[in-house]
Amino acid sequence: MTTEKKAPVDLSKDVQKDASQLLQKEMIRGNYERLAQAEENHKEKVVYTFVPGNLNELVMCFDVVGNYPEINALQSAMQKKTGAYVMEAERAGQDEDVCTYVKADLGMMRKGNIGPAGKKLADPDLLLLSYTGCFTFMKWFELLRHEYKCDTTMLHVPYQGDGEITQSMRDYVVKQLKEEVIPALERTSGVKFDIDRLREHLRESAKAEDKLVQVLESAKLKPSPIDSYFGGLYYVGPTFSAFRGTPECTAYYDALWDEVNERIQKGQGPVTPEGVMTEEKYRLVVEGPLNYTHMREFWKMFYDEGAVVVASSYTKVGGNYEQGFRHDPDNPLESLADYCLGCYTNLNLPSRTKMLENYLNDYEADGLLINSIKSCNSFSAGQLLMMNEIEKRTGKPAAFVETDLVDPRYFSPSNVKNRLESYFQMVDQKRSAA
Amino acid sequence: MGTQEIIERCEAIHEDLNFTAARDWKAAEPGRHVIGHLPIYVPRELIHAAGMLPLGIYGGGDQMEVIQGDAFYQSYICRIPRSTIELALTGRLDFVEGMLFPSICDVIRNLSGVWKLTQKDTYVRYMDVPQNYDKEIGGRFYIREMQELLEGLEGISGRKVTNEDLLASIKLFNVNRRLINQLYAMRIEQPWNIPVTEVYLLMRAGQVLPVEEHNVMMTDYIAAIGDVERPQKDNTKVVMNGMFCEQPPLNLIRSIELSGCYVVDDDFILVNRWLREDVKEEGDALKNLSDCFIDHSTRTSATYEPSEELKGAQLVEAVRKSGAEGVIFAAPSFCDPALLERPMLQDVLDANNIPNIAFKYAENTGQMQPIREQAGTFADSIKLWS
Repeated sequence: MTTEKKAPVDLSKDVQKDASQLLQKEMIRGNYERLAQAEENHKEKVVYTFVPGNLNELVMCFDVVGNYPEINALQSAMQKKTGAYVMEAERAGQDEDVCTYVKADLGMMRKGNIGPAGKKLADPDLLLLSYTGCFTFMKWFELLRHEYKCDTTMLHVPYQGDGEITQSMRDYVVKQLKEEVIPALERTSGVKFDIDRLREHLRESAKAEDKLVQVLESAKLKPSPIDSYFGGLYYVGPTFSAFRGTPECTAYYDALWDEVNERIQKGQGPVTPEGVMTEEKYRLVVEGPLNYTHMREFWKMFYDEGAVVVASSYTKVGGNYEQGFRHDPDNPLESLADYCLGCYTNLNLPSRTKMLENYLNDYEADGLLINSIKSCNSFSAGQLLMMNEIEKRTGKPAAFVETDLVDPRYFSPSNVKNRLESYFQMVDQKRSAA
Repeated sequence: MGTQEIIERCEAIHEDLNFTAARDWKAAEPGRHVIGHLPIYVPRELIHAAGMLPLGIYGGGDQMEVIQGDAFYQSYICRIPRSTIELALTGRLDFVEGMLFPSICDVIRNLSGVWKLTQKDTYVRYMDVPQNYDKEIGGRFYIREMQELLEGLEGISGRKVTNEDLLASIKLFNVNRRLINQLYAMRIEQPWNIPVTEVYLLMRAGQVLPVEEHNVMMTDYIAAIGDVERPQKDNTKVVMNGMFCEQPPLNLIRSIELSGCYVVDDDFILVNRWLREDVKEEGDALKNLSDCFIDHSTRTSATYEPSEELKGAQLVEAVRKSGAEGVIFAAPSFCDPALLERPMLQDVLDANNIPNIAFKYAENTGQMQPIREQAGTFADSIKLWS
């Protein structure tokens, strides 16, 4: 145990939270309240959309309220609700093999669409299918359309098969934005598109993105003042969802940076649910999404061993900013296109592998851990090869655990813990052999 | 040439995991090149116009033991990527200079990256066909994608592909498409005379042979089938859906027919039938291919359906046109597109009072009895109660 607290803890309680976390919680609560209000008084139009490739700055230009089914699913998973939702969707005909994010969402809808805040969420007026880095998104929103019978608009974001964004890809996305997505948002909202409004949101986004990168790159320090996977989930929350491009989002990152900077000045490690980590024994890079159904239990397996995640790919799934990309008010639609095209799962396997290899070197990590998600082929297909490649290139040990995002049936605590303990022993052996 | 002789040749091609026919084609003349592609659709006309052989790669089937390929994929990922990489790692694709990975799903998409990392001497291209079906948007993007593919192929051959080359290839593939459509139409008329296994094997042969040779084979088979008279059974006519990528074992297809079903339409080898109309044979060839793709593409679970009203319309049309009495959904295990699409299609069929059943398989499924029983019960229930 390497945190300041030693006594046994109740994993359902006793959570320590930073001020920035509380601020974010309030922002999320506010958005859920808007969605609940939209259900009650129908004053605001509601647009459902996805995290990767989200067009939040554009959506906000139309005075609509955004709803993110993935966020609902993960919030519900943390509240231990998704097991029932997944089974509800399977009872309604969804196959056991398919994406559990989809099933959690469909199950929630079938059970009354009661959101994580306990109130019924408004039905969508428009499904904005930004189809970036994941084929399942396409079927997911077709399934929602099948249920809601509402308007849908689709943005097809080409895959970076050759590891680069071409002008043809950018032009294709921009043309879709101009001729499909913006007109659909205008029709739904009754609000005319104002590009200067978009520029203003993009300007605000860039500020938040600067700060986010500053926070994430602080993990290069020893000890790392942050955890880039479990903690990283909270750090990316506002930029990945309904808040990017708002002054509140920028304020969140200012507050977050102040906290992180304070820890840097004190030479402190990251904050865990049980307090500040006192000893950093292992520095890891993690590939793959989180498990949300047992997040705290999963995290505890790391911090109990003194393991800090210094970089993760999951925190790039809703935007990849470390290579220098920022939303650009001077090239509004083009920069939205580049944002969508650059999200992590839209990168090809060689680019993903190179990125992880760089993380291992730049963050002076001890090794790579892959959390392979049963129901996310976009991430998972090819991970074993990536693991072998990275071991070969860096000489650092890699390990593999399997869980799921939101289906509790696929989280086996003893298996995961055993694997992690063996992995940490492997890191120790490598060190002693060096 | 009789049908038996043709089908025996097709079966030999189907079973040959060394792709000897394609190797022989390549060896026949210096400077020939072979470009592999995965399901569902690539514009094969481009490969042909570049003087190359398009080779359809449909996994390793049920005859190949997958050893190395299993180390690449977790247990919850379908079988086709692991058997496909096994083909490469065991040298069975060592004569293939390029591989195209069409946009079907995340697994095949990522397989393009596996290829880039492991087969470094091979030209690898992910073929991102548009999901936007507006000629000025998706159409333009698709033309550019095809231009980039042509540049890649020209890099292999060292030969510029002209518009005339492309138009000549379009003509040949139009002939091929018409022959295939003719065969499917004949099968609807006389399903007892044209077993589904024979149709399937003819389609698979077309994935290995040059189109010119396949056209001759198809013409010969269609001519010869007129001399065949097989006993007509009281089978139930069905459409099969969901088998567009990882292929079912031949025995599974045979079992469906043996269980009392005539398969009168299917989505097995869609690259042959993706474009539902001829491509224009004059003018700008790439534009013609793009326009035909935009206007006349087959709708599958790997494509986005912009209109809720049109969801499943092609499947219902296939049922009506073929006189089928039901639909059998058969999807590979862990196939996200087919399995996510299925409940929506089932709703559409239910709304149209079209009976349907569903099961899953893998390309190496060995136990046919449960499938035979399920399909047999389905066929009987239609005969008894519909």
